[in-house]
Amino acid sequence: MTTVHHRDAGQLRVDTNECKGCGLCIEACPPKVIRLEESLNPYGYRTATYMGAGCTGCGICFLVCPEPGAITVLRARRPGPAAASGPQVRP
Amino acid sequence: MSSEPEVSWEIARSKPASFYSTYERKDELQHATHYCPGCGHGIIHKMLAQAIDDLGIQDRTVLISPVGCSVFAYYYFDVGNVQAAHGRAPAVATAVKRSRPGSVVIAYQGDGDLSAIGSAEILHAANRGEALTVIFVNNAIYSMTGGQMAPTTLMGQTSTTSPQGRGAHEGYPLHVSELLATLEAPVYIERVGLGDNKQIAQAARAVRRALDNQVRGLGFSLVEILSPCPTIWKMTPVEAQHWVRDVMEGTFPLGVLRDRTQSAQSDAVPAPPPLLSAVPRILGIAKTGLPAEPSAVGAAPDLNLQVRMAGFGGQGVLLIGEVLAEAGLDAGLEVSWLPSYGPEMRSGTSNCHVRLARELIDSPLVAHPDVLVAMNEPSVRKFCAMVRAGGWILYNGETLPEDCDWKDVHVLARPFTRIAKDLGDARAANMVMLGALLEIAGNLPRTSIESALGRLVRNPRWLALDEAALASGRKLMREACAEANHAS
Repeated sequence: MTTVHHRDAGQLRVDTNECKGCGLCIEACPPKVIRLEESLNPYGYRTATYMGAGCTGCGICFLVCPEPGAITVLRARRPGPAAASGPQVRP
Repeated sequence: MSSEPEVSWEIARSKPASFYSTYERKDELQHATHYCPGCGHGIIHKMLAQAIDDLGIQDRTVLISPVGCSVFAYYYFDVGNVQAAHGRAPAVATAVKRSRPGSVVIAYQGDGDLSAIGSAEILHAANRGEALTVIFVNNAIYSMTGGQMAPTTLMGQTSTTSPQGRGAHEGYPLHVSELLATLEAPVYIERVGLGDNKQIAQAARAVRRALDNQVRGLGFSLVEILSPCPTIWKMTPVEAQHWVRDVMEGTFPLGVLRDRTQSAQSDAVPAPPPLLSAVPRILGIAKTGLPAEPSAVGAAPDLNLQVRMAGFGGQGVLLIGEVLAEAGLDAGLEVSWLPSYGPEMRSGTSNCHVRLARELIDSPLVAHPDVLVAMNEPSVRKFCAMVRAGGWILYNGETLPEDCDWKDVHVLARPFTRIAKDLGDARAANMVMLGALLEIAGNLPRTSIESALGRLVRNPRWLALDEAALASGRKLMREACAEANHAS
């Protein structure tokens, strides 16, 4: 279970059944918060994993990832005056 | 997932809805594509699926898969899918788009598929300005088959078929986008790359734009995408990505090569097809006296006539088959006429299958004819054994060759060519034989035969000769039958 820094604007999830460990997301990530797992998944790949802190939610890892659903990027929705139904508040 | 109480999370980027949730290609690995780690196809599939999602066109999109690694695109995209023969995606896409103008048709092709075996199809689809979106994935090599040289292979690049590196003797890299940009019709051509984050973001914009052009009915759009192939290039995925930017881009410069989207006219609603009743006027055959209400006058109720006509090319066997079929059509019968001939215009062998029936015809092939019209010796040798028992062989000669294998059939062997020569021209022999055939088979009305002959033989001199030849053939057959009855 990853811990999320309370100031992070984003985080990412990796589907370990889909990731083939090509490493393009690691190369692409601007804040460099992705690394490869030490262990192998059932298909023999060292999959990508979020280091747990520092994600800005920019989505570039998703853009460069060759697998349709290996990466899901989440963005924080901070509570605010219009948080319930209004536009997303950027930190 | 853990988060602090005051933070909630929303999904910003996830698998596009235009992909299937699971892929049924194999029992295992239903969540992973068949592409190698770091393959450009996956990245391009994702930007294409995202663009389909964003434009809201999933229900009317038809993706044409090529031959190559992306042949299995139909296992991933939840849209209409057609898989085309090698290189033919633009032709198939043309057919889909023209028959279903409201659809959004994407031809997805690799460089081996598009720029080698399919170079004619892409050139002419672009030249016709077909309102298609073409995604051209260029990785400078044949990857699926193990790394042979492609038209797009860079100078000096090694492959299994250019192990010393591509040299001038192997030709130069084909710049497809530049070639197509010399044509008048395309509205949008851009070359993008997958060499770094910035290039990939631009590629996603270009793909979306090429698709949007089609939604707006603007015309032919093509995006060429320089794409990494780590496996065949023998590089890591990251090295391959950099090679696209640092090396490939030197040969294939990125940029917009054609953009006429501002001035292009939208033809999202094509002209409706002509009414069926207007077709004779369009074809210029309105005056030829086609009967308004065809009726099977005079034909036997159980008529099912099967004829095979054969001879040398130039003897007119196809023409008499056509006259017979047209006459049947005129009389309101179901007909078929199937020619079969070699490439020679003269002196090759030629034959045709003709069927006339009251009921629908299941197949135009005639394997066991009721009547064989054989205009030369090779033909009678070839086909005489096929004639059904009780049928007829009409042979252009004094007697059938002795070694002909036939039994239980009637034979009319006459020197038809000489008979026609006596009438005025040896070339009318086919019509004499047709006259003989008409006397015994089909019971077609005279008016139908005259009308068919009039449509197919335009020259008045020949028409007069052919009519005389038909009459002569009929007479010949009547006399032969009378003789046979007299003898028995």
